[in-house]
Amino acid sequence: MTKTYFEILRPGINTTIQDSGRSHLYHIGITISGAMDQRNYKFANNIVNNKLNEAMIEFAHQGPLLKLRNGTINFAITGDIFFNIIRNNSQIEEGKCYQNYNLHDGEEIDIISTKKSVYGYLSVSGGFELEETWKSYSINTKAKIGPNNGKKYSINENIIIKKSNIENIKNNQIDYKNLFNNIVRVIKGTNFDYFSNQAQNIFFKEKYTVSRLVDRMGMRLDGPYLENIVNTNIKSEGLVRGVIQVPADGKPIILLSDHGTIGGYPKIGIVISADLDKVAQLTPGNKLEFKEVKLEEAEKLFKEYTAETNKYLNEHN
Amino acid sequence: MIKNISNLGDAAVYCDFGSEVNETINSNVINYFNHLTGLVKKEKIKGINNLTPSYNKLIVSFDLSITNFLKLKEIIENLNIDKNIKKENKNIKIPVCCDDEYGLDFDRLNRKLNISKEEILKLFFNEEYFCYMTGFIAGMPFLGDVNEKIRCDRLETPRVKVPEGSIGITEQFANSYTYESPGGWNIIGNTPRKIFKKSNLEDPALIKPGDKVTFFQISKQEYFKFND
Repeated sequence: MTKTYFEILRPGINTTIQDSGRSHLYHIGITISGAMDQRNYKFANNIVNNKLNEAMIEFAHQGPLLKLRNGTINFAITGDIFFNIIRNNSQIEEGKCYQNYNLHDGEEIDIISTKKSVYGYLSVSGGFELEETWKSYSINTKAKIGPNNGKKYSINENIIIKKSNIENIKNNQIDYKNLFNNIVRVIKGTNFDYFSNQAQNIFFKEKYTVSRLVDRMGMRLDGPYLENIVNTNIKSEGLVRGVIQVPADGKPIILLSDHGTIGGYPKIGIVISADLDKVAQLTPGNKLEFKEVKLEEAEKLFKEYTAETNKYLNEHN
Repeated sequence: MIKNISNLGDAAVYCDFGSEVNETINSNVINYFNHLTGLVKKEKIKGINNLTPSYNKLIVSFDLSITNFLKLKEIIENLNIDKNIKKENKNIKIPVCCDDEYGLDFDRLNRKLNISKEEILKLFFNEEYFCYMTGFIAGMPFLGDVNEKIRCDRLETPRVKVPEGSIGITEQFANSYTYESPGGWNIIGNTPRKIFKKSNLEDPALIKPGDKVTFFQISKQEYFKFND
């Protein structure tokens, strides 16, 4: 039996495999990785009837052009994405996010670009055949961990698809619109008082712009200088996704899924869990504003965010 | 033992063991880390997905859909820590080439500390270091203490890419970039030795907290011939 697989005719800018991430390894310096936008990742699994933590393809900005070999599959794409399906009769069908499609032997998916966001997801029913590293399939390109030797995908490589029975899959869809607002809610960081009163005010009042220095590790922002009046270094200590640290140049950096596990820059704030997916989708040039919330409110907002995600997940079940 | 417990955002507990960095405080951190790791493995605490010990802090990150800050704070406050944990510590020797193409920041150190490259190297290689923690990137060891005369702040703007194998110093600490990564330490050389081997799934990090490390200088020729 020959295996069903995607042949990569064009890899896209940063095409990797991601899942819900890796845990229990921060202490040896291995970060969590995982899908940058966990909500859209879950939606993509849900639409093709996978378990919610099945591994899938994540792409950024320009996505891959994939040709299906040796089989028929059912797939879905989520995010805010332009894509086409190139059928065997050479007919080009414009793709819609948040619904599933069958794809036949020799047909292609052309993921042209994300629209006003960065990341998108391609799931296939039954999932991909991949090697697990430390209980996750996520590719961490910095530490070269995960499938494809921990590298992003290149042209002519193949991604093998697990055998799966797709005959009984219904047409599923989620009626979801990605809403992009530029308010990022944060809890004050453990070094908030390292910053001058003026800097504390600026941080919550002024707008910051996403710079070009942004990847799966973190996002450097441009904007008004944040004056540190205590020390621009702290003793290196553990970090988590969402930490906003400010090095001596006074410009904040938001840490994302592939962040370093330990760092020595003061932490002015931490993005609340409910806003992490949103932050990951901000693209260079986007402006954002930080708004302070207290712990209790952040917990409440996370419950609401999770409930909303679950509402969409239950939509077609 | 823990001086203060606070929240780091909405999904992590920040345990502060003090502001100084020394082996006593660090052992304290490691004891809590080992104890909590045991409880997580035995599934006696739910929702913790990472424990990150550092010089004098322990960060407990958790899944906010399973638990929350107040619940974990209470558990951590009431732990009965066993102080008699024995560890086997190794002595590890790391070769370093400090030619100018590898030692990227001698000019900066010279400017900031008014000290020559020769003097920096003499002081750096003369020390035996203690490993306080590993992290930032996979397997990166945080070693101390660097001689007082060569202690220097991080770069004002971190480098976007520090080459793999780079040996850096900042303040009282030294480290090794086990992978190419962004970073702000003052780079004084590069080692050909692999300090993190992911192929060794059970034990990928060569240097672990509590280990002793010494560095020795090698030529460029020896660097290229090195095989571990």
